[in-house]
Amino acid sequence: MDNQEKKKLLRMMLLIRRFEEKLVALSKDPQKFGGMMIVCTGQEAVAAGAGAALLPEDVIVTNHRSHGHLLAKGAEPDLIMAEIFGRRTGYNKGKSGTLHIAAPEVNALCTTTVVGGGIPIAMGTAFAAQYMNKDYVTVCFFGNGASDEGSFHEALNMASLWNLPVIFVCENNVYSGAQRQEEHTKVKDIADRAVAYAMRGEVVDGNDALAVYEAVQRAREECLSGAGPVLIECKTYRWGGHGTADMQLYQPQEEIAGWKEKCPIKKLQADLQQAGVLTEQEFQQMESDVEQIVEQAVRFAEASPWPEPAEALEDVYV
Amino acid sequence: MQQITLGEAVNQALREEMRRDERIFIAGEGVGVSIHSGPGATSGLLEEFGPRRVKDTPVSEAGIAGLAVGASVMGLLPVVEIMFNPFFTIAADQIVNHAAKLRYLSGGKSKFPLVVRIKTGAGMGAGCQHSHNLEAWLAHSPGLKVVMPATPADAKGLLKSAIRDENPVIFIEDIILHWVPGPVPEEDYTIPIGVADIKKPGTDVTVVTWSKALGTAFKAAGQLEQEGISVEIVDLRSLVPLDEATVLESVRKTGRLVVLHEATRTGGFGGEIAALAAEKAFDALKAPVLRVTAPDIPVPYSKPLEDFYMPNEADLIEAIKRLF
Repeated sequence: MDNQEKKKLLRMMLLIRRFEEKLVALSKDPQKFGGMMIVCTGQEAVAAGAGAALLPEDVIVTNHRSHGHLLAKGAEPDLIMAEIFGRRTGYNKGKSGTLHIAAPEVNALCTTTVVGGGIPIAMGTAFAAQYMNKDYVTVCFFGNGASDEGSFHEALNMASLWNLPVIFVCENNVYSGAQRQEEHTKVKDIADRAVAYAMRGEVVDGNDALAVYEAVQRAREECLSGAGPVLIECKTYRWGGHGTADMQLYQPQEEIAGWKEKCPIKKLQADLQQAGVLTEQEFQQMESDVEQIVEQAVRFAEASPWPEPAEALEDVYV
Repeated sequence: MQQITLGEAVNQALREEMRRDERIFIAGEGVGVSIHSGPGATSGLLEEFGPRRVKDTPVSEAGIAGLAVGASVMGLLPVVEIMFNPFFTIAADQIVNHAAKLRYLSGGKSKFPLVVRIKTGAGMGAGCQHSHNLEAWLAHSPGLKVVMPATPADAKGLLKSAIRDENPVIFIEDIILHWVPGPVPEEDYTIPIGVADIKKPGTDVTVVTWSKALGTAFKAAGQLEQEGISVEIVDLRSLVPLDEATVLESVRKTGRLVVLHEATRTGGFGGEIAALAAEKAFDALKAPVLRVTAPDIPVPYSKPLEDFYMPNEADLIEAIKRLF
């Protein structure tokens, strides 16, 4: 990855962070939109790193904590924001909201909130690549909790059996709901579960965007050469609760503080500044560019029309 | 005209469609090499189309259904099989939460042109975890189409329509009907989904039914004919979309309605037909609407118990006579 691309990686993480900070703020204002926001603050390196390794034709399948994955895959901030505002101009005309955004324009084909529900679907999109002999991969994002679901087992077994070009990216943020990893599985590394499917598994520092990028890029090449699938576990941490309504009574303050020291944005920023690649001025410019993108997205969403109630009846069938 | 079973008609439809369109593949437990002896709905397809297009899968119903969801959104036309209706519950998340809803969640941008074939029905002495008609569950999931043919000719034409449909279609085949022959046109034809068929015209009472219960309706109608009661039999063929017009027209003509289905009573699709008549043809009804269904119990194993479970022609005749 050259220096320009590294800066783009940093900028993407910053965009995800500021975009979601804005979502949280807006969700507390009853004049904007209500409801719980599920955000990936602290985990941005996984989305940005994986996104940087993918091409437009690659497919992603994601989950309830999806804003970062969507942005990193190239989805438009304006259209995401309008969808969360429930407006007709949003990606899905107000039918998805924050939780289920599909952006087929950038091959973000499925965001599902059924934990583990996307894993068999990703196996299916990968099957289609093999069946049609096309050179794209599917990346499926899910959490450590999802690896306890039956769908995980069925899909990884089938993907491995058929050598499908799919990269299973387990974003291990330590918690599954309110349960710490040791309370939901005895397995220390989710990547170890790959062994059960005769699949390659790998643990990556999920707060190191470059490491994630390199791991996904490597897995992508393996998949395209027919040596897939691969399970990549990105070790990271959820700074906030499951969602904004979660009081986090089960997360020790010192644990949160410790992980904030390992902020993925600060890390890459410091690395680039120490290497003389990024000036403080450039970083400030990045911050201001990102802020403008977010503000513009809010302006676009607020200026957008609401759907007519009867539009609820549309889009059920072709 | 050829006389073939419903199972053979399904086989013929699959074979003809797979020859026509390379995007179609089939997948499921034993769709290629099967534990079930004798010819089945997918027999011979592996030999003709090879393992790329005829995928024997692990015993993984959620995986099979997810495969169909993912492959269909990429432009393939999967026809996957859930061996028996109760096993659908393991695939239900993929079918109900994903196949049915993802188009809506995409705001109409994506489509999922898949078919899930499910074998169903009591009468084979297999007990309640192999026999359990769950069509009402599926009909209660907006985004799915639900088809349930009773004759081999309908099965062939409806399966072709299901494969060519751009929506997820659940195609439910009664396993006993798999072995019952009937006349089937040899040419390529389709029967539209959502169009009921008046299998027997009559003037005094309408019996609305579908799938294997159609045979029961015919037996009862034959006997009642001797006693001067003329029965009109409406075979729904599709539950979703529901052909309301054909049902209502028949009810207005006869003024009496009995719904007959093999599935259990409470929450069964018969209640939907009764409600339809109450809402839209109440003025034409000369008598209450009755349902003839299985009792609210799991399908029992022992032959006399299983026979008791399935509504028969005597039950239907008794119900119809109460309307006069």
